[in-house]
Amino acid sequence: MATKRSVAALRPALSGLRAPQIRPPCLAQRCTASSPLRPCGVALFRHSPVRYASSEAQPEKFGKTGLYDLHASHGAKFVPFGGYQMPVQYSDLGIGESHNWTREKASLFDVGHMVQHEFSGPGAQAFLETLTPSSLSSLNEYTSTLSALLHRETGGIVDDTIITRLPGKFYVVTNAGCREKDLAYLKSELEDWGKNHPDQPVEWKVLDNQGLIALQGPLAADILSRVLDEEHAKELETLYFGQSTHATIKGTDTEVLVSRGGYTGEDGFEISIPPYATEAVTAFLLDSAKDELRLAGLGARDSLRLEAGMCLYGHDLDDTTTPVEAGLSWIIGKDRRAKGGFHGDSVILQQLKKKSEGGGVSRRRVGFIVEGAPAREGAKILDPESGEEIGVITSGCPSPTLKKNISMGYIKDGMHKSGTEVQVVVRGKKRKATVSKMPFVPSKYFRPAPGANE
Amino acid sequence: MFSARAALLEKKYTEDHEWVELSSDGKTATIGISKYAADALGDVVYVEIPEVGTQLSAGDSLGAIESVKSASDILTPFEGTVLEANDALADKPGTINKDPEGEGWVARLEIEGEPEGKLMTAEEYQAFTEEAAEH
Repeated sequence: MATKRSVAALRPALSGLRAPQIRPPCLAQRCTASSPLRPCGVALFRHSPVRYASSEAQPEKFGKTGLYDLHASHGAKFVPFGGYQMPVQYSDLGIGESHNWTREKASLFDVGHMVQHEFSGPGAQAFLETLTPSSLSSLNEYTSTLSALLHRETGGIVDDTIITRLPGKFYVVTNAGCREKDLAYLKSELEDWGKNHPDQPVEWKVLDNQGLIALQGPLAADILSRVLDEEHAKELETLYFGQSTHATIKGTDTEVLVSRGGYTGEDGFEISIPPYATEAVTAFLLDSAKDELRLAGLGARDSLRLEAGMCLYGHDLDDTTTPVEAGLSWIIGKDRRAKGGFHGDSVILQQLKKKSEGGGVSRRRVGFIVEGAPAREGAKILDPESGEEIGVITSGCPSPTLKKNISMGYIKDGMHKSGTEVQVVVRGKKRKATVSKMPFVPSKYFRPAPGANE
Repeated sequence: MFSARAALLEKKYTEDHEWVELSSDGKTATIGISKYAADALGDVVYVEIPEVGTQLSAGDSLGAIESVKSASDILTPFEGTVLEANDALADKPGTINKDPEGEGWVARLEIEGEPEGKLMTAEEYQAFTEEAAEH
């Protein structure tokens, strides 16, 4: 990473539009909220607008990301999420409007509440391959993969995560809602690893206060290129989905890690920024695209990821779900299928086998299109003929893009094929639903043109 | 007292953001959601209305409103029986956003007894929502 230099270095690039501020470490800034941060403490809003994974243990204590003040100055409405006060939406756009803005132009999301880790040392790859089913030996430098931290024996998912190979280390991002659980899991796993592999040490670092923002939408690349130095701006033309690069902010020596991908199904980037520069870089991006880029909150993030068919941990995934049940078999590397050697491998490799060989799973994650009322988390799925309960909805909302009600959930194996008609129960009434392929809205990732040498 | 009765006839609001309008004989109540609530919910995509004849206790859900962000119950502050429901909302849920306190009414109830919870005047309700917005 670049030498840490005064944030004043960012000033020339910002043309005096906004005075950059250095923010103190966010963990030192925990605030105490006296009342629940629901928009109104009333029945009409009693269903929390956004669901959060597992942050309810200490509802009175919330952290702030380095962008809290910037959010507030843009009219953010905050909700507790993953132990942080996070914007659910901003005063300029409703959630549906913000959703559409992201699909048509570009939005900027603060994801600084997520936990950023680095694993290095001679044992790092083997250690991570014990915890996850990913084939890290085939993960090239500056490329990323979706992965899952797994429980021993059961193969249940502790958390879903993105792993990126950087020179000499792995950069790993985990969910905010699982922070305490993940840290305890990693600590325990690392202790165990140290005992059994004293010759393969692993160094683990949590990047506290490191900023993380997601720039998502069809204009994302154009906008990002405006704030990078010329060389790195040019590099975006051949930086494809799943690839990363270190890049320098124009007119400064601030170095950020840019990863092409995201949680919306659109082209876009996740940008990891040193703490001292997070607010300045974010403001620089916003100032560089005043008519095209808007801040977006957790509300739009949830409906966007659902349209993209992506899981939200704590809802669509939990400690009891295996990657095979979750429809994430594709994250299990080819070499890992042959050799195993990861937590829960006996369960997971058996599930991958054909049914005739005793394989398969009893439930599978699928998508649904629901008629009438949207089916949200907890709605039961019924067999329309027998009335038998055959599954449960784990996420759902009206899709702003499709103007249909979309849901995902777990359904009994055998009923999971696309086109199967089922019923879901919303407010005591049975509604017609059809099993649907995901993503609901086709992804628009930036990939090499067909036939290109990549 | 006549004055107390007259006071009941103006549109009142609940802390749950419903509005209630009593008929002049005080026997029926029309219920909907406030403009404040409709604005906060954003685009309404689906409205669940009650079936005529449904008997409700005070505090029961008489319907629900779905927006992208949430499903919200509409609660009746009165015990009563559903006389009429606004069928037009099935085809045009957006009416709730356009005219929440007029054409976007949800249901009409034949009511019994006193309302449950606090009913506020328009002025009181405005002060209540302003206070809520500050938190």
